[in-house]
Amino acid sequence: MSEAKTLYDKIWDAHIVDEQVDGTCLVYIDRHLVHEVTSPQAFEGLRNSGRKVRRTDKTLAVADHNVPTTDRSAGIENEESRIQVEALEKNCADFDIELYSMDDIRQGICHVVGPEQGFTLPGTTLVCGDSHTATHGAFGAMAFGIGTSEVEHVLATQTLLLTKCRNMRVTVNGELPLGITAKDMILAVIGKIGTAGGNGAAIEFTGEAFQSLSMEGRMTVCNMTIEGGARVGLFAPDETTFEYLKGRPKSPKAGAWETAVEYWKTLKTDERAVFDEEIIMDAADIKPQVTWGTSPEDVTTIDGHVPNPADETDKNRRHKMERSLEYMGLEADMAMKDIKIDTAFIGSCTNSRLEDMRAAAAVAKGRKIADGVRALVVPGSGLIKELAEQEGLDKIFTEAGFEWREAGCSMCLAMNADKLVPGERSASTSNRNFEGRQGPGGRTHLVSPAMAAAAAIAGHLTDVSDLD
Amino acid sequence: MDKFGKLTSVAAPLPLINIDTDMIIPARFLKTIKRTGLGADLFSTLRFNEDGSDRDDFVLNQPAYKNAEILVTGENFGCGSSREHAPWALMDFGIKCVIAPSFADIFYNNSFKNGMLLIKLPPEDMTKLMDDAERGANATVTVDLEAQEITGPDGGVIKFEINAFKKHCLLNGLDDIGLTLQKDDKIDDFEARQKAIQLW
Ligand code: SF4
Repeated sequence: MSEAKTLYDKIWDAHIVDEQVDGTCLVYIDRHLVHEVTSPQAFEGLRNSGRKVRRTDKTLAVADHNVPTTDRSAGIENEESRIQVEALEKNCADFDIELYSMDDIRQGICHVVGPEQGFTLPGTTLVCGDSHTATHGAFGAMAFGIGTSEVEHVLATQTLLLTKCRNMRVTVNGELPLGITAKDMILAVIGKIGTAGGNGAAIEFTGEAFQSLSMEGRMTVCNMTIEGGARVGLFAPDETTFEYLKGRPKSPKAGAWETAVEYWKTLKTDERAVFDEEIIMDAADIKPQVTWGTSPEDVTTIDGHVPNPADETDKNRRHKMERSLEYMGLEADMAMKDIKIDTAFIGSCTNSRLEDMRAAAAVAKGRKIADGVRALVVPGSGLIKELAEQEGLDKIFTEAGFEWREAGCSMCLAMNADKLVPGERSASTSNRNFEGRQGPGGRTHLVSPAMAAAAAIAGHLTDVSDLD
Repeated sequence: MDKFGKLTSVAAPLPLINIDTDMIIPARFLKTIKRTGLGADLFSTLRFNEDGSDRDDFVLNQPAYKNAEILVTGENFGCGSSREHAPWALMDFGIKCVIAPSFADIFYNNSFKNGMLLIKLPPEDMTKLMDDAERGANATVTVDLEAQEITGPDGGVIKFEINAFKKHCLLNGLDDIGLTLQKDDKIDDFEARQKAIQLW
């Protein structure tokens, strides 16, 4: 009998082209998403060496990081942003790659667009020059972020040289308490393992609480796997996955669909498979989460307090904590709920899907944002925007004082015009609270969509259940 | 890609943990479509005051370390983004080797692909090297990749581990893509096999 394998082992084994003596493998890449920030130098490299794109049919491009989320009819004002987007358009035309340009309704954040189009499929290997590529692992795809040199390598050869990750499993048992979201789950996991806890690992998420999540929720979880240091996050594909994929533009068509599903059903960890590391948590213990510092592991519950560096015994960590609190402009021991915010941002590849829009709208409905607060809602793709508008969500948001924007990365990393000014504080549904991430000097608190909407209304961080 | 042989340089100490890619090069500087020129904004927030002048307390601004080609730093260096701008910025500034207790995965791979050597050392060796690095202009360290050895200012030798393939590529300045294209027939075979079983 062959040895028991994990889901990750199975996908890995099915894609080995060649194995070197030192264990490094040449791995075949089934899907490649390309965007404007990390690709220009790769295309430059191809041109310089006279190389072609090996499989244009396995490559899909979209501009997302730099695109304006306000009226686009006048094009992009910032010259450097425009140059990157134009470079992508030219490169896709020259190398014959399918591109969703800025005025295409299918345009959006690459990690939202891939699944939405059925480009992301179970059992595939999928890469993109962006660290949040792990998002696609929600479908049982081995998906991970790569750098520009690797982007060039995939374009030219449709393969990558890789060393295998170690296997890690995070199980959350029991039923998820009411009001607890996928975002709270993954922040709680990162709070437990730390930002380096998953280094070198592929993490499979399992247990009742994870399995009960929708595809949107699973994507939120896998999206932030990278913030726990892991390269790959995975959910075994199941009926929820197949249901989501059926009938998508690039999903297998009738006839092929049945054989595909049959194969996808085999993509699960064998019962006797052994993981290098196991983390087990109880859903009942997970509370609404919010970050206080400048790393996603700096997380506590909304009922909690800013930690006190004096309680930290490790010198390096204490130093980092002091630095974070100074940057964030926070006092030790203050209640999280006493932290006032200037901005709320609902969007990013972590939380910009229809379900996220609905969750935020449910909180915003019939309420008004606090005086002096700016609140942005940025859907993940043009299609999500359209669906949300059909449900009337845009009205709910604008009536409550939120701005309803065009699709893009927006204030997640502040490469376009949406950014914080120094000292400004935001409740944000994105995935990174690094110094300056949302604009130089900006202060970010990571939360779920409902909590971000609640903060916009209260004017300070708060639990949804505290709103009148 | 340039070959990496033996490197002798002042080593700059930067004893901070979790230095992320946004600290190495903030996202607002990434709107380039070239690989060069990013060194000017390396460590921007740590290195410059708001008015653009140098911060005297930052190591690479101090005369002794201005030309450092080796950086000695804390655990989990390079965490965050997959953007290769971080190694490009370091290399463009002149850093050729970074030594730390641990690195973030993507950053680690990206650096080697650009010809930069990253060395992981256990805590005891790190403490020793950090002390050496703090000796300013006298902190000259030699990194010998072939021998996998670091020689400190007082002649003490530290051994380090490195993946044999990465070492081979760095020593010979080999480009990954060229190497892979030599296996073109294997890739063809794989595609043929996959096509036979996957109809979608
Ligand atoms: S939304 Fe943010 S994290 Fe996601 S791809 Fe865009 S910039 Fe990266």
